[in-house]
Amino acid sequence: MDTIYEKIADIVGTNYVSNAAEELYLYSRDQGVQQARLPDYVVMPNSTEEVQKIVALANEEKIPIVPMGGALVLSGLTIPQKGGIVLDMKRMNHILEVNEKSHYAVVEAGTAQGMLQAYLKKHHPKLKHSVPDAPPVATIAGNIAIHGSGHLSQSEGGFHTEMVTGLEVVLATGEVVKLGSCSTVPKWFSRAPIPDLAGLFMGWNGTTGVITKVGLKLFPSPKLKDVIMFMTEDVDSIPDILFKIIDTEMAEDIAFFVSPKPAYFDGFQLIMISVVANSEKEMKLRLELIHESVREYMDSKEAGFLPLPPYMKVKLLDAPQKNLSEFADIMKGGGFEYVGAIMPVESIPEAYRAGLEITSKYGITYSMGARVVGRGSCVMFYYAYPFNRADSENMKTVAKALEESNEKALEIGGIPWKTEISGQQLILNRMEPETYKMMTEIRKLLDPNGIMNPGNWEVQS
Amino acid sequence: MYELKFDPAICEKCKSCDCIMKCQYIDMDLEKAKEEHGKLVRGEDSEILTQCVTCYACEEYCPYHNHPFYLIVERQEEKGIHPVPKPIEKSQVIMMAPRGRIEEEAATEPVINLCFFPMLKGSISGKLYEGTSLILGSDIFCNLMFLHFARNSVIKERLPAMMDNIMKYHLNPGGAKEFICYHDECYGTYTSWAPAFGMEVPFKPIHLFDFLYNRLKELKSDIKPLNIKVAYQRPCSSRLCPEMDHFVDDIFGLIGVERPEREYDRENALCCGGVLEAQQRFDLTEENQTKNIEDMVATGATHCVFNCPFCFFTLMGKVSEKGMTPILMSDLCRMALGE
Amino acid sequence: MKKEYADIIHRCFRCGWCKLPTNYQDFNCPAYLKYRFETFSSGGRMWLLRAWLNGDIQTSERLQQIFFSCVTCKNCVEACALPNIKDKLVDIFIAAREDLVEQGTVPPPVRDYLKAMSISGNPYKKPQAERGAWAEGLNIPRYTDEEYLFYVGDVGSYDEVGMKMARSVATLLSDTGVSFGILGEDETSDGNDVKTLGEAGLYEHLAKQNIDILKERGVKKIITLSPHGYNAIKNEYPNAGGTFEVYHYTQVLGLMMNDTMPKGTLNKKVTFHDPCYLGRWNDEYWAPRFALGSIPGIELAEMDRNMKNALCCGGGGGNFFTDILGTGEDSAAQVRVKEAVETGAEILAVACPICYKMLDDAIKAENLEEKIRVMDVAEIVNESRK
Repeated sequence: MDTIYEKIADIVGTNYVSNAAEELYLYSRDQGVQQARLPDYVVMPNSTEEVQKIVALANEEKIPIVPMGGALVLSGLTIPQKGGIVLDMKRMNHILEVNEKSHYAVVEAGTAQGMLQAYLKKHHPKLKHSVPDAPPVATIAGNIAIHGSGHLSQSEGGFHTEMVTGLEVVLATGEVVKLGSCSTVPKWFSRAPIPDLAGLFMGWNGTTGVITKVGLKLFPSPKLKDVIMFMTEDVDSIPDILFKIIDTEMAEDIAFFVSPKPAYFDGFQLIMISVVANSEKEMKLRLELIHESVREYMDSKEAGFLPLPPYMKVKLLDAPQKNLSEFADIMKGGGFEYVGAIMPVESIPEAYRAGLEITSKYGITYSMGARVVGRGSCVMFYYAYPFNRADSENMKTVAKALEESNEKALEIGGIPWKTEISGQQLILNRMEPETYKMMTEIRKLLDPNGIMNPGNWEVQS
Repeated sequence: MYELKFDPAICEKCKSCDCIMKCQYIDMDLEKAKEEHGKLVRGEDSEILTQCVTCYACEEYCPYHNHPFYLIVERQEEKGIHPVPKPIEKSQVIMMAPRGRIEEEAATEPVINLCFFPMLKGSISGKLYEGTSLILGSDIFCNLMFLHFARNSVIKERLPAMMDNIMKYHLNPGGAKEFICYHDECYGTYTSWAPAFGMEVPFKPIHLFDFLYNRLKELKSDIKPLNIKVAYQRPCSSRLCPEMDHFVDDIFGLIGVERPEREYDRENALCCGGVLEAQQRFDLTEENQTKNIEDMVATGATHCVFNCPFCFFTLMGKVSEKGMTPILMSDLCRMALGE
Repeated sequence: MKKEYADIIHRCFRCGWCKLPTNYQDFNCPAYLKYRFETFSSGGRMWLLRAWLNGDIQTSERLQQIFFSCVTCKNCVEACALPNIKDKLVDIFIAAREDLVEQGTVPPPVRDYLKAMSISGNPYKKPQAERGAWAEGLNIPRYTDEEYLFYVGDVGSYDEVGMKMARSVATLLSDTGVSFGILGEDETSDGNDVKTLGEAGLYEHLAKQNIDILKERGVKKIITLSPHGYNAIKNEYPNAGGTFEVYHYTQVLGLMMNDTMPKGTLNKKVTFHDPCYLGRWNDEYWAPRFALGSIPGIELAEMDRNMKNALCCGGGGGNFFTDILGTGEDSAAQVRVKEAVETGAEILAVACPICYKMLDDAIKAENLEEKIRVMDVAEIVNESRK
């Protein structure tokens, strides 16, 4: 008689808890190369109240809790390192409020990115939120928990965590806490001027508590969208080109990318620039200003904008991009994992060369790129390596390449983002001791029994 | 090895310098034109080389068929001038390279050569094309597009093998001696460019419109006149075979279509802008496309018919936005046959 | 499992595109919608299938439940991000079921359905002689040499709601002078749902039986009541030696209505629920809408999830008979009728007897009888001509 199981079932109902072999198998692993580790239970709460009761129970019984959204990080952050409960938040997917005038939405944590997108398109077509390039079932809170970014990160102020206007969280000790303006007044318009506590839950990989609600900024959604592609052969010119385009302040998403396939892209560097506008006149002006910002490159014939036929453009106009998931099958193996490193724009050439070296060393294929974040304050540079899931040697090779990419990213002066446990170790080893000390003390305060996603963000002895 | 057969003496004696004077993009008086063109002939630098937008028109304008455009392209390449930025040019050279995967597939006449436009396969169906064989692929690609990149060298390098492939893998096994060029740029390759560079062409190319016209005559009883006005987007490539332009009128006559008189048709046709865009001449692209389409709209045309697939892809959106239906010539003919 | 399938199972990325429709509206996979565990999504099922084939997990009851929870609606086929596996997803799930059937390890409701099909030739365990009972009083000829055979299927022959629908379609066809006959008590099951439940052998037997009868009677053209029957006859029967010109009744209706039939009027707002076996399985989204749109007075409203994005009623893949997914506020049919009500429509139009019953029951379960009612397309046309 499993009393813990019974107690959980009392809270969420028998239909929403499982310790069956099938659920344990599936929830023990993700799509990347990280080691599978079994949970003890998979639990799916439907309300903050249920979350609170589960967490309280776990805290009492000292059972680890791993909050899980879409589980699409690929780097194993939703794999329970020490067993326990995987808390699948996706039943909590209601959109609670959209404030058109103040441009924010309040959603339950497990709301799918795609569903929020569809909801806004239908009910509030003048507004949109920034979507990550993950599949549309990725969740709003999951993205926040890892400092995600997306298609509006360049033009609208940075990481998605910078777009959060408030949170509701459940602490390990069972309290439900509201953070931001919503703690004091009815609306969720900003975190300021309340002393900012929301930061304690953003980028922490669920180690400080369970996010149950998110207040998220919305941005104007102009009707017209176009995408243009700039091509060069000189990676060292990329930072300058990016600065010039960024500084026009005319573009929405700006993303540098390289790929050895198809053959006609191999050895070239491309920048995809999306532009939105409310009228043809505005679109024309924006495109003109972007074109002219890099006129010297075009005149020298060293670089230029690639004409895109309509059938190519159509795919590129989507957010999120479906072809990123297609990349998983390049090795006919349904798998890829990537190192995403946050780094300064000017590190791109070095990061790119490092990627070529690593992939050549391991004999693997790749896709690399960098999405500009926050009008150029940094980029998210990714090294994506596809693998064949049915070939364990291939997976091991890719795992090594990913590890080396993490190391290289740090060497260059970047920081791996939402990285696997081993990558976290590299970061923590470099981190200022006082910073790490503060992190640890905060965690102890919030989570005295150490139940929240243990194994993450802690130096392993 | 393949040298351009042009006669400098003709240019020397030419009084009108039509190639430059009639050019829609270069603005010079006759004296300057003669001077600058003289530099070209002698192999010196000239501003013509950077001002040229590679629209092919001067091949048509020259009354002596002295290949002024091919000369410009030769000089551009000699002088290391790249009309299109180098990375884009290099990428295209790779993209359009022969894959070396051609397999024998006997083609019996009539043979349709779709060159390297696999996306148009769907158009080769219906009564017009009954009984035809189809050949296409990177290994038989005419490569003439590299004129726009000032890379005659790529054409010289690839075209002989392409022609060999056509003979060896398709025409010989099928006993065919001729084929219909779906895109008239192919037609221009074999009837204009190849002879201009002394390259032997072992087969007979037939212009698509010639084929369509004759097929339509055969199927006359099936034709239901369309009774519409259709603007014709005359492509760069038809400058290489202007003697074929009458087929547009002939076909239209058979299918009950009016080709309205407009400013930017026939000898004064405008480049669709696709190449201008690749050359990063965005203002000129916009100007061309606006002028051209407004001109079409003013005639009250309900459709815009295309000869060249590249023009089609470039303009189809803009043409639709202005209320005209974009359509390829052979599809227009199929429409008249009720398909 | 066929090598063709076994060789690609590992290529599922479990990215989750399969859970949503292509317009991201809401969860569109009935099994995932109901259970919410990752294991019940198409991607989860693929990964479990691979683990099972590799011997990493055993054939438990739960695994059987997971494999038989798929309603074969093909939302995943529509939405999957991987072009090299998407078209095969449902085929692979059916192949997995075939393996389970062969092993003899299937959930009891599946076993019961297959047993009934095997012994009685229909899932209701009713006598063959009653197959034509639905047509009583309608004066429909037994097929001899009419232009069409009207093929009814199991649900249309024995289920109360299905029989009502069979009558409305037959009446309409009669009234408008279509030359058709029925097989009545000589009709046998099309086997579509037997096939999707993995009993390949029984399906082949049923198909052959049906094809023999059809050929013997000289049937050339068929109009089916159900999209399930339409699918079997159109796509599977040619592989079993029987090629017929087959239409779903909505495909014939639209043309009739605009060519030959005098029209009535019906001033109602209607929303059409795309049946999976007509829509995503056979790319037919237009004919039923054409038919409905041809009725003067009808205002056609579209649900957000329509055409290729339609939410299945939950009755496919044998679930109508096995009820593995059960009812509840997360059951596809109940979610669907709420969506229909949101359009403001008074009538939820269907073109499949399974959809009819599933959605009708769901309306009752959701207490929406005052707001909306289910009618099939022929019923609506009949109503307009009264």
